[in-house]
Amino acid sequence: MNASAVAAVSPCWSCKGPVATRALFCSVCGAVQGPGAIDHYSRLGMTPSFDIDQDQLQTQYFGFQRRLHPDRFAAKSAREKALSQSQATALNEAYETLKDPLKRAAYLLGLLGHPVDLTACGTINDRELLMEQMEKREALSEATTPEQVAKLAMENESEVIACQCHISAAFNSGNLDEASHLSIRLKYLVKLAEEARSKKSRITRLP
Amino acid sequence: MLLQLHEPGESPAPHESERGLAVGIDLGTTNSVVAVARDGDTEVLRDADGKGLIPSVVYYAADGEITVGQDARRMLLEYPDRVVSSVKRLMGRGTEDLKTLAGTLPFKLDVAADGGMVRLSVAGRTLTPVEVSADILRAVKARAEAAQGKTVDRAVVTVPAYFDDAARTATKDAARLAGLEVLRLVNEPTAAALAYGLDNAAEGLYVVYDLGGGTFDVSILRMEKGVFQVKATGGDASLGGDDIDHAIAERFLAERTAEHGAETITEGEAKQALAAARVAKECLSSRREGDWVIEVDGKPSRHKMTRDQLEALAAPLAERTVGICRNVIEDAGIEVSEIKGVVLVGGSTRMPLIRRKVKDIFGLDPLADINPDEVVAVGAALQAEALTIGSDTLLLDVTPLSLGIETMGGIVEKVIPRNTPIPVAMAQEFTTYQDGQTAMAIHVLQGEREMVDQCRSLARFVLRGIPNMAAGAARIRVTFTVDADGLLTVAASEATTGVEQQVAVKPSYGLTDDEMANMLRDSLVHAKDDMEQRLFAETAVEARRSVLAVQAALKVDSDLLSDAERKDIDSAIGRVDQTIASNDRDAVTAAMEALEAATKTFAERRMDRGIRAALAGVSVDKLDDALGE
Repeated sequence: MNASAVAAVSPCWSCKGPVATRALFCSVCGAVQGPGAIDHYSRLGMTPSFDIDQDQLQTQYFGFQRRLHPDRFAAKSAREKALSQSQATALNEAYETLKDPLKRAAYLLGLLGHPVDLTACGTINDRELLMEQMEKREALSEATTPEQVAKLAMENESEVIACQCHISAAFNSGNLDEASHLSIRLKYLVKLAEEARSKKSRITRLP
Repeated sequence: MLLQLHEPGESPAPHESERGLAVGIDLGTTNSVVAVARDGDTEVLRDADGKGLIPSVVYYAADGEITVGQDARRMLLEYPDRVVSSVKRLMGRGTEDLKTLAGTLPFKLDVAADGGMVRLSVAGRTLTPVEVSADILRAVKARAEAAQGKTVDRAVVTVPAYFDDAARTATKDAARLAGLEVLRLVNEPTAAALAYGLDNAAEGLYVVYDLGGGTFDVSILRMEKGVFQVKATGGDASLGGDDIDHAIAERFLAERTAEHGAETITEGEAKQALAAARVAKECLSSRREGDWVIEVDGKPSRHKMTRDQLEALAAPLAERTVGICRNVIEDAGIEVSEIKGVVLVGGSTRMPLIRRKVKDIFGLDPLADINPDEVVAVGAALQAEALTIGSDTLLLDVTPLSLGIETMGGIVEKVIPRNTPIPVAMAQEFTTYQDGQTAMAIHVLQGEREMVDQCRSLARFVLRGIPNMAAGAARIRVTFTVDADGLLTVAASEATTGVEQQVAVKPSYGLTDDEMANMLRDSLVHAKDDMEQRLFAETAVEARRSVLAVQAALKVDSDLLSDAERKDIDSAIGRVDQTIASNDRDAVTAAMEALEAATKTFAERRMDRGIRAALAGVSVDKLDDALGE
């Protein structure tokens, strides 16, 4: 038997009839289905790309949550409640991943068969990146006024934006090595931004 | 027999009319409020005098009678040892926590109780905060039933956004003890935003600043076309108007000491001084100065206070809220200029000092066209209606505090960071540190700090049955799941061998299942019937769902059945319907199993047809079209 055809339908847990594997609800009995193993882009009805329209992403996310959130199933059976919770959980994970440029870049690289590990806190292999980050960190630790920190944060912010543009270009030209390399750089830029933010609030709050 | 059919995906909430009323309850530190919503119109349920606030005060009389509300508050001065107030501050607290709170609480604690949940000594009885809260909720339920002339058995109960897992569980347990099914725990600022936003068709970023009697919450939400998305939340679960009362009372008592010398103050006198302090605080919101009387050892003394003096006392508290607001703005990743409005919630926001501070932080005059005492209950009532009748609004909330696990060296490894949208499930892998290690202690914590002793311990459990492996070879996957109520469950499994173990987490400061069962038995005369009825209701929902599912399938695929087969299925359906009417849970379960058996062949033939259709190619798209968005 054709494997893909068999994979395309599975029995609905409620009415036991065939239901498309990707379907949210059974077309016959209306029961909510499990989230299924689909990628984050498909889950939110988005085209896989690094360039995404944040407004569209949010609209899609809200639209799916409106139908699948556990609040819609408060009067339903325990099984339906549990399935809606898994669906809403999967939607949250997809939304949180695609919303954030760094997580999105890493996820898309994995999807395209070119995984990059951003959680590993290993050493920086790239000499240039290493030097740059060391200098920036030093400048941040030497900054004493909120204004100095704000200036560094602003410079860093424009680098973050530039880096995202380069990542986008790398994906669009199919240069996944470059996209992966730039994602690692983005990770350090984002980390520096966080440190600048916490330093700023720390020195602002001193009496 | 006529079959009821419905459009797929549009089955109505089953037999809504059979159920009692669902209400919204704001279970506050100082006051509780109950409201009901019908078709989006809300009503706060009031007593004969038109008062919506029910003081969260319980009086335990010598004869065992329990009084809640205004009447209990009146007993406070006469029988201080029989009256409990501000019990919300103890929800989910352990005896360990009280070292930091001791002295600021108007309770006598049962020190004999070892570890676990705090216990109160009241009128010769030992009570948990859960039981006292249940007594308040029973009174709230009774008021709602009296006002509506209907049974009230389900509720949306609000909790401070910053409540941790233990306090949320305690609140849910209290509602169960009071005979209320909790439809959802909703965060207080989110409920307030819902009430305000729907009423004013608000769009954009809003801040809810909620300073109550004992808790402070601040949430930043994006409101858009009926969606209420919490961006970030923060707060302090023991910061509120009560703290100002204490500061005033301490000042009055210090003034006395300066005048009369040191005196021994009884519990009753302390409570009376606190009551006077509260009145002073409330008066000074509208007046510039006044004087108040307290009494120790039968000797009254008069104390003058101006608003400026009050504000000097309240300033440290106000500053703490300012700091928390700044953090939340930062967590939300927004600029202050993007905020469109600030909604004030909680009685303490009536203080002019607080209003000025709010204006300083957000650069906006707070929205004052709502009743800060009632808005939370109104939002809860709207959500109760949404959950039982249905609605287009959607609340998307977040976890207030990070959740993590203890690792080597007493360091907390975060598994779910704060402000993560819920429901959420996240997993982290850990490994063994000794050769042949077969068990692993898992310590679940909540909080933002790095070290275990600076975070709040939620639960400990031991994962056993790890296969014998070299150190570092096992891969223990610990999964944290937070549901839409903000409640956590933890599961652990060993990944390399697939040895899986679901572990029930015993909360460090919660009630055990046994304790809960005993309390249910003790508290309700008909506890057993009540439980059985609830279980039956759940089974009936499930049975109705299967019948509807089979009927829907028959509507599309009945040509797959012979007349005899069809007759069998119809009679099996008939039996399920009959047993639902019989109120016998076992009979319903048996009839459901019979129905499943009767439809087995039918289901197989339907699957065959579906797969054949998929093989034919054309129909796959058709299926997708029919089922997709």
